[in-house]
Amino acid sequence: MLDYETLKLIWWLLVGVLLVGFAVMDGHDMGMGTLLPFVAKSDSERRVLINSVAPHWDGNQVWFITAGGAIFAAWPIVYATAFSGLYFALMAVLWAMFFRPVGFDYRSKVADPRWRTAWDWGLFVGSAVPALLFGVAFGNVLLGVPFNYDDDMRSFYTGTFWALLNPFALLAGLLSLSMIAFHGANYLIVRTEGVIQQRASRASLIFGVLMVLLFALCGMLVTDMQSYVLVSGPEAGAMQSPVGKVVEMQAGAWLGNFDKLPLLWVIPALGFIGALAGMFFAAKLKGVLAFVSSSVAMLGVIFTAGVAMFPFVLPSSSMPSHSLTAWDCVSSERTLGVMFWVALVMTPIVIAYTGWAYRIMRGKITIAHIEANDHSVY
Amino acid sequence: MIDPGAVDLARLQFAITALYHFIFVPLTLGLTFLLAIMETVYVMTGKQIYRDMTKFWGKLFGINFALGVTTGLTMEFQFGTNWAYYSHYVGDIFGAPLAIEGLLAFFLESTMVGLFFFGWDRLSKVGHLTITYLVAIGSNLSAVLILIANGWMQNPVGSEFNPVTMRMEMTSFWDLVFNPAAQAKFVHTVSSGYVTASVFVLGISSWYLLKGRDLEFARRSFRIAAAFGLASALSVVVLGDESGYAVTEHQKTKLAAMEGMWTTEEAPAGLTVFGIPDEANRTNHAEVKIPYLLGLIATRSSDEVLPGIDQLEVTLKQRIESGAIAVGALERLRNNKDDAEATDLFAAHKDDMGYGLLLKKYTEDVTQATPEMVARAVDDAIPPVAPLFWSFRIMVALGLAFIVLFAIAFWASAKNSFEHKRWLLRWALWFIPMPWVATQVGWIVAEVGRQPWTVHGVLPTHLSVSSLSSGEVMLSLAGFFIFYTLLLIAELYLMFKYARLGPSSLGTGGYHFESGGGMTKGAVSAPVSKKEF
Repeated sequence: MLDYETLKLIWWLLVGVLLVGFAVMDGHDMGMGTLLPFVAKSDSERRVLINSVAPHWDGNQVWFITAGGAIFAAWPIVYATAFSGLYFALMAVLWAMFFRPVGFDYRSKVADPRWRTAWDWGLFVGSAVPALLFGVAFGNVLLGVPFNYDDDMRSFYTGTFWALLNPFALLAGLLSLSMIAFHGANYLIVRTEGVIQQRASRASLIFGVLMVLLFALCGMLVTDMQSYVLVSGPEAGAMQSPVGKVVEMQAGAWLGNFDKLPLLWVIPALGFIGALAGMFFAAKLKGVLAFVSSSVAMLGVIFTAGVAMFPFVLPSSSMPSHSLTAWDCVSSERTLGVMFWVALVMTPIVIAYTGWAYRIMRGKITIAHIEANDHSVY
Repeated sequence: MIDPGAVDLARLQFAITALYHFIFVPLTLGLTFLLAIMETVYVMTGKQIYRDMTKFWGKLFGINFALGVTTGLTMEFQFGTNWAYYSHYVGDIFGAPLAIEGLLAFFLESTMVGLFFFGWDRLSKVGHLTITYLVAIGSNLSAVLILIANGWMQNPVGSEFNPVTMRMEMTSFWDLVFNPAAQAKFVHTVSSGYVTASVFVLGISSWYLLKGRDLEFARRSFRIAAAFGLASALSVVVLGDESGYAVTEHQKTKLAAMEGMWTTEEAPAGLTVFGIPDEANRTNHAEVKIPYLLGLIATRSSDEVLPGIDQLEVTLKQRIESGAIAVGALERLRNNKDDAEATDLFAAHKDDMGYGLLLKKYTEDVTQATPEMVARAVDDAIPPVAPLFWSFRIMVALGLAFIVLFAIAFWASAKNSFEHKRWLLRWALWFIPMPWVATQVGWIVAEVGRQPWTVHGVLPTHLSVSSLSSGEVMLSLAGFFIFYTLLLIAELYLMFKYARLGPSSLGTGGYHFESGGGMTKGAVSAPVSKKEF
């Protein structure tokens, strides 16, 4: 039916789709959390923001969990090497994210303002820290991460946590934080009104501009960055181990795919066009269009990084020949096949009922609504 | 190469985070079905009080659920952070049910749970009821897939080693799904969740009855919990037996340790009801034994011999020595894949390769292992007897106690006499923590009983870890410890606050602490709030 090479390519695409799905869905409630202390001033205003995602944050978070599970199933050695290597970065993401489910559910169950303020900051940390660190991780992946394998394929990470916080990676982190805040602001334009909506619109413009500038800056830095070229190795469709290939480092090689196939420039262009359109619609308070635009922008940014590196998914800076590529980091043909069919059937179903849930809960959240339903809303 | 301190700390971290996660899971599994039952009664009878019951117990469910979700995040990523070699070695098989769990079950549960809490005024009665059932189905479906993953670690079917990629790979997805170890575990685990939720609702309702408040609300909750609890408690024990039968098939070492069977008895073996295992002298003191019973339960025959630890050790020694040959042959093949002799040796011994890997704890080159090293590996291969022996007995005793509690509660609710049996109400109240004790020791039996393996017979625990220093694992463990403690304090604070407040927390105006204060009927409820938009 589908040969191994095609399955490997499909899974590279599917992981990208899951990351974009995560950014679009969990991203807008993380954006809300990031903006929470700034866009909403009073307790009622904060409750408006929180209740705009109240019925949805949990479903959205499953994009994160499923992305983790899918990488485990489809790219097990990436799951193993990246998460044990970037150990404390992932710990920081997890610990920060702990404050989200509890923050949402517990915050308004006690009236004491100190309790509520504490959880508001919990929601902020749980939203902004992961948003920042995902970008930092992406930045480091573009630079390459120091790891290698022994004969048993046990992975060894030879860097430190602090080395992850280098200038380029931090810029990528800020890019990711800006785009999440931008996207969250656009969502708030859809679900709020009056002064909160005005503030959200302003936040959208600020973070939209930041996103465009940081994306451009990161792009310029990538043009002559030391990057990786797959010189030779087993055929893409062959069953292979990640240690049997030749990889060279070259300045600016991440642009190679765009040179080979100029049509790919459409992808970074989507990043810019989506961001500009998002700001335009946000200024006009057209929330839904702004939300769609920032979703397209994030798709552009995430796939720009993916396409630049392709077929690499996790380059090794200390042992480039042990870098992981979409051809050699994958599960067996059978597992990829089974998982492909599961994803093909289930993803549209999930998207359909998620869309339905948003439809059921649609409409503006107002302070009057919060006050009338004090006992049943967050 | 591997830091032995890091192995112990990674195990401790996994045990703590998994047991902590499993504080919240059983209540979610059971409470969702109880909510569905209560709401079904509401939809069928139209009585407002059942809607209030669904909402109030739903509030407590929400407080619990938030931490279940939080701690589940840790579990999804912990295999990668602390158990990287495991993730590489078996991710081809083990990752699949985890990913499917996300797509098939967790999305469903999590999307619908939002509508459960916030969709009351936006959905029709039947529409909302459907949502509640979908939450219950989603959470239980999650359990199926997680136990398929766990069942594979206990009984690794449908897979084989691939020397090119140096890992286990899937040979049959359906063998993985229909693994008998997983099926038996699933029913046993979810039923124990139903018992947990039933004791929870029964105990808190009893407290309201003892306090003489919100009586109508408490009576109805009590009855539903008593009936559902009795059915579930019976199912746990019956299917616990099924789970035990699966153990004898796949993990004879676990059974021998659990039962303290130091020596092999003639079939059918007796069941040790009580005893004090003495690991140094390999015997049990003060043993009380029922003849024949264990053999009959475990093998469902009267003539099949159950091997004791003495006999298992003989087999283990053979397999470890044979496995060492396989490991050696594989290393030769890695250097020269055309080595015909090594190919033959590997093919002949590869089924025992996991046992050979047990020797890696003592020597890099397992083919040169001394008889003393083999003896130590054999000793490792038997899980610790005393913890399993005791955990198992606590679990079984509690399981039987739940049956007695629910049988009396059910009988009393049929006779409508439970309100006056204050001893029964007090028993139910003080028994609230017990299902947690039972489920926690249940996991200890299952997981400690699997030692020294992460995947039984395939991959030893000490090889499964990431290449981390013990300092790093210690630091992350400290982080989890601090955050989990803080979160648990917040959770318990809210749980007690809302349980004490009772249905008055719904703000309908008709319950004990509200305007009609002291009015204990509680059947009156404010009109349903209208759509706000």
